[in-house]
Amino acid sequence: MESVLEVKGLSAWFGGHQVLTDIRMDVGRNSVTSVMGPSGCGKSTFIRCLNRMHDLTPGFRSTGEILLDGVNIQSERIDPVNLRRRVGMVFQQPNPFPRMSVFENVAVGLKLNGKKLTRASIAETVEKSLHMAALWNEVKDHLDRPGLSLSGGQQQRLCIARALAVEPEILLMDEPCSALDPVSTAKIEELIEDLSERYTIVVVTHNMQQAARISDSVAFFLLGELIEMDKSGKIFTNPSDKRTEEYITGRFG
Amino acid sequence: METVSFRRKALDRCMKALFCVCAVLVILPLFVIFFDLVIKGAKELKPSLLIDLPHPVGEPGGGIANGIVGTIVITLLTMLWSVPTAVLCGIYLAEYGRGKFASAVRFAADTMTGVPSIIMGIFGYILLVVPMKRFSAWAGAAALSMIFIPVVVRTTEDMLRTVPHHVHEAALALGIERWKTILYIVVRTASSGILTGILLAMARILGETAPLLFTALGNQFWQTRLDQPIAAIPLQVFTYAISPYEDWHDKAWAGALVLIAMVLLISLTARFFGREKK
Repeated sequence: MESVLEVKGLSAWFGGHQVLTDIRMDVGRNSVTSVMGPSGCGKSTFIRCLNRMHDLTPGFRSTGEILLDGVNIQSERIDPVNLRRRVGMVFQQPNPFPRMSVFENVAVGLKLNGKKLTRASIAETVEKSLHMAALWNEVKDHLDRPGLSLSGGQQQRLCIARALAVEPEILLMDEPCSALDPVSTAKIEELIEDLSERYTIVVVTHNMQQAARISDSVAFFLLGELIEMDKSGKIFTNPSDKRTEEYITGRFG
Repeated sequence: METVSFRRKALDRCMKALFCVCAVLVILPLFVIFFDLVIKGAKELKPSLLIDLPHPVGEPGGGIANGIVGTIVITLLTMLWSVPTAVLCGIYLAEYGRGKFASAVRFAADTMTGVPSIIMGIFGYILLVVPMKRFSAWAGAAALSMIFIPVVVRTTEDMLRTVPHHVHEAALALGIERWKTILYIVVRTASSGILTGILLAMARILGETAPLLFTALGNQFWQTRLDQPIAAIPLQVFTYAISPYEDWHDKAWAGALVLIAMVLLISLTARFFGREKK
């Protein structure tokens, strides 16, 4: 499979505390990659490196290369604003913008991205994005209601629609279901599968069953190191590393 | 057992009564002032008060129309430059201000809030009245800005700090530049709080007298030029009140009533915006 992201020797520190050590990983185009591991293993820190969300964190430092289509996004010359338009992100807690309607929540990225767009083309993109996020049918009659008036699961799909509206190539999801009920979780998981036909998706999860259900490849992180990465089927049936086996059999974590 | 329980209950009631009495003591002055003003000001509270210029002593009628217009002009003039300056400074403190400079700005703003307002008047006099060689609306507005800005800077900062961090992150993750994130998303999220702060500061400067004494000076006539002495309600009330004439005293009461009605109206508006959420 063609790699869209290549991580080469990524290490990261918060102040003097090292949180990632020499991570090496390839992410295939239009696939779902899960990053799993116990709390505090650096999985969130890792995916937040992929869209440079740490840039504003005081004391954060990282070394190594992250190649997006062959270009090192760690470089000073890369504008994080442009990078984030190509690499979207969905967070653990659904976080629609307060004081904005459902429509505005999806449209705001387009409007503030500085491209001159007509009202009609914005409306079209909003509808398309809500369709892709499997939310359109539920909200089409009240697009002017506050985004925060939706249920938790709907809010998370709204956040996915918001991310899709700026037409990224890669979608990062940081434990997107951990604050949701099982029904909403099932919807999001189904959505992830559908979206993977057009997008490259990297999902952080500490839920092994979820990783098994949704992913093509799984990366297992432990204490800031990538222990093992392989096809989903292989990792859950025949892991090569003893620690992976211990984790998936519930020996720790 | 029973006596102890009785004593404890009694003490509990006493303490509760004490808290209530103090709460009443706090709101009492507002009611006393307001009703006293209504009673004493009612006599002169007639249309002529709102539409006439001050008349000479003894001549019936006369009002504070120029003062009302002057107060509105000075207040708007003050806000014209103070609102953007104060809000942008508040944004700086909340979003960028981490170092020593920011602490200095914060400390200065807090200190300014406590400086007696007459000092702002004297400062406006030295800074603008003396070089311009005339009292003016400009100088009045400059003196009031020094009261308005520090208050709004700190409320804006406080309101922006209540915006959760995840709102910033969500916007940045969409590839929105930092300044746009702050201006169009974070400020918007905090907008009702910021507006409330602006309105309350506005109510505060509306009634300030001391800063205007040496700057706007006051005027018995209409004034259309901003570089000339201009009337203001508090100044007019002051002029009427210190006079030895009975009918001027009545006008002072009525003027004060108009002033407090304006302040009350703005406070109520502020409450309305402050309550509206999401």
